[in-house]
Amino acid sequence: MFSLDSILGIHGHALEFRARRSELLAQNLANAETPNYKARDVDFRQALEKSQASAGPRQTHERHLAAPEQGTLEGEAMYRVPLHPSLDGNTVTEELEKAAFTGNAVRYQATLMFLTRKFSALKGAMSDQ
Amino acid sequence: MTDSTLFSLAASALNAQSVRLNTIASNMANADVPASSAAEAFRARLPVFRAQPDASLGNLSRVEVAGIVESEAPARTRYQPDHPLANDEGYVFLPNVNLIEQMTDMISASRSYQANLEVMTTSKELMLQTLQLGQRG
Repeated sequence: MFSLDSILGIHGHALEFRARRSELLAQNLANAETPNYKARDVDFRQALEKSQASAGPRQTHERHLAAPEQGTLEGEAMYRVPLHPSLDGNTVTEELEKAAFTGNAVRYQATLMFLTRKFSALKGAMSDQ
Repeated sequence: MTDSTLFSLAASALNAQSVRLNTIASNMANADVPASSAAEAFRARLPVFRAQPDASLGNLSRVEVAGIVESEAPARTRYQPDHPLANDEGYVFLPNVNLIEQMTDMISASRSYQANLEVMTTSKELMLQTLQLGQRG
């Protein structure tokens, strides 16, 4: 049975993960000067390990029971350990967050690129050239 | 990145920082307005930021201006007996605005504003690219 999810593999979930992470980082940047705000972030490695641990058996024959959907990448938002805590209780280091946001944006684009390639491979297979 | 969460977050920060810039402008504009008593003198105003969790943003926190407080610092005094507003002892009272503090605060506010604007620009680019997913390549 043809399943788009199995062709796209992890990249679809990775895109969602990156989007969620960029929201968290944007939140940190927005609250860079809010007293008592604690910066949060998600860890890709931890999310990946969690997803692999929860991935069930694969469907190897069409008459077998359908395999449960592969675990999505969901990282738990954790509080950042502050580099230099400030008097007002804020733990955001603006430069770090900016760097993380930019790095995340680049990885998001990389994932997009992978997906685009997957789609063009599919298109190539479908065309009668 | 299917909704406008990123934009709402960045917009709340732009709004808060521009309120801060406005109070700084007001403080600097009034920095040299004399008064005849400490109570009448202008006081520096400061915005207080607060993180506000928003259910429509998936419980992420917007930043909002909780209120504007007046600085408790004592008013500056200047001995100038010939001034029309001088009190019986010959002093005029000037606002408790510290220009150096205001300038550093202004730079910090403008840097924050820029950072959040960059978040918006980057998000817009990523969204546009996502919309074109699978159309090229």
